[in-house]
Amino acid sequence: MLDTYREIETPEGVELQLRAAGPVARMLAFTIDLLLRGVILFILSIVLSVVGNFGQGLFLIVVFLTEWFYPVLFEVLRNGETPGKRMFGLRVLNDNGTPVSWGPSLVRNLLRVVDFMPAFYGFGLASMLLNRDFKRLGDLAAGTIVVYQEPALRNLAIPDAPALAPPLGLNLAEQRALITYAERSQRLTEVRSEELADLLTSLTGVHGRVGMQRLYQMANWLVGKR
Amino acid sequence: MNQQEFERQHEAYWQETEALIGNLSQRKRIDFSVAGEFPQRYRQVCQHLALARERQYTSHLIERLNQLMLRGHQHLYSARAGFLSPILQFVGGAFPALIRREWRLFWLAFFLFYGPLAVMGWAVYERPEMSYTLMKPAQVSQIEEMYRPDAPHIGRERGADNDVYMFGVYIWNNIRIGFQTFASGIFFGVGSIFYLLFNGLYIGAVAGHLTQVGYTATFWPFVSGHGSFELTAIVLSGMAGLKLGFAILAPGRRTRLEALREAAKVSIKIIYGVIGMLVIAAFLEAFWSASTWIGPTVKYSVAGALWSLVALYFLFVGRGHAA
Repeated sequence: MLDTYREIETPEGVELQLRAAGPVARMLAFTIDLLLRGVILFILSIVLSVVGNFGQGLFLIVVFLTEWFYPVLFEVLRNGETPGKRMFGLRVLNDNGTPVSWGPSLVRNLLRVVDFMPAFYGFGLASMLLNRDFKRLGDLAAGTIVVYQEPALRNLAIPDAPALAPPLGLNLAEQRALITYAERSQRLTEVRSEELADLLTSLTGVHGRVGMQRLYQMANWLVGKR
Repeated sequence: MNQQEFERQHEAYWQETEALIGNLSQRKRIDFSVAGEFPQRYRQVCQHLALARERQYTSHLIERLNQLMLRGHQHLYSARAGFLSPILQFVGGAFPALIRREWRLFWLAFFLFYGPLAVMGWAVYERPEMSYTLMKPAQVSQIEEMYRPDAPHIGRERGADNDVYMFGVYIWNNIRIGFQTFASGIFFGVGSIFYLLFNGLYIGAVAGHLTQVGYTATFWPFVSGHGSFELTAIVLSGMAGLKLGFAILAPGRRTRLEALREAAKVSIKIIYGVIGMLVIAAFLEAFWSASTWIGPTVKYSVAGALWSLVALYFLFVGRGHAA
């Protein structure tokens, strides 16, 4: 398993797997959010400048709100995604995998100030690099984690072939490797697929295309086709 | 059981469950008899996932069940509290009870703020040149300008003559100071201590200086009212920051990280209160303190009432409330 996988034990006794998101994707997401806020404020400043001092007062209140509460509102009300995070497939969760709630979200976003110190998220970045789950100080204090959203499932079916029993008993890990090979072969070039199959001539007894076909057949047998 | 058999048996069940979770999270109206099946279905999927892992089924299937379970988990364990009733409960008891429970931290923050304030105020009053240890001459004269008895708008810079504008300024600026005082406490409390001391010294210097030059009739009626909420809120945000810092310094029988997380849960509640108090303070400062047509007597009486209100609130409201 890759080391960015984070396993969370649920009350049901089954482990959930989450993938922690690293600094680069998060920085890009932050930049998008920053731009978006900038655009909103820019448009608003033009609209409100018509109303003079009164409008400026309102504008400052909106500046205050977007500065501190823009991420909080999105994270709590939109399933842990600000627009920037959504764009890069990120979301914020509590450490135990539940949706982030008001308290933790506010903590992590208020502590942005200290993550930003001494300049340009210096402490935040240092903290992320020193931490297994890429947490900045705000995440540490709030008990939150930024993870990748589950990617859309690709339908990886095993290529259809008549079943063939492997000539010798395979242990579970070997069976799994064989099945995974068959699943992934659709996304590999044929040449590469054959090349990989050639590593298993001791099992198939033949080279090249035929060997590859044989591995597909065995994979079919292993998942239960008869 | 082999995988194909397993999938054939449960495929329909997974699809139904997937659809049900989709509908639930979109808050669609669903018949209770269907919606009530959700926890049962969720646990069933958990079991399927555990089986699939145990039997080393393909990673594709495991990934799929993992996702289904994650979605179910998100829905089943999402915290859904009402909006208004927790707020009322907080203001009506939990907040002051919390401050009382953390009384040591409160008094520490209190003296870190008011101590330097009093000392600096007295020092500047006795020896006016002391104010230049903290402020530039231009700053001092700007402050004098704001509180000159013949100034058109007391407590404001020239040109800033709109109440709503000033309300915006106070919200934007003061709450940010409160947040900074809180957040910088994570550095072992040092940041919060710095902001408390610095603001105490600065406010003390301004008060001492303006009293010394004789602008008492404009300065004190202006600040005394909203100060009740504003200064108390600064103390409270310092207190919340110290709570974070001390959790890291003295975690007790927990890891530092765990202690920090626990402390943050408490601190953030104090910050909820601080936000509320600073909004009230900004409102008072913009619409009440600045009004020139109200005499000093009225302002002092209202200020007295506001300070008593704050003190009584934190002393007595929510006694018997389980904080």
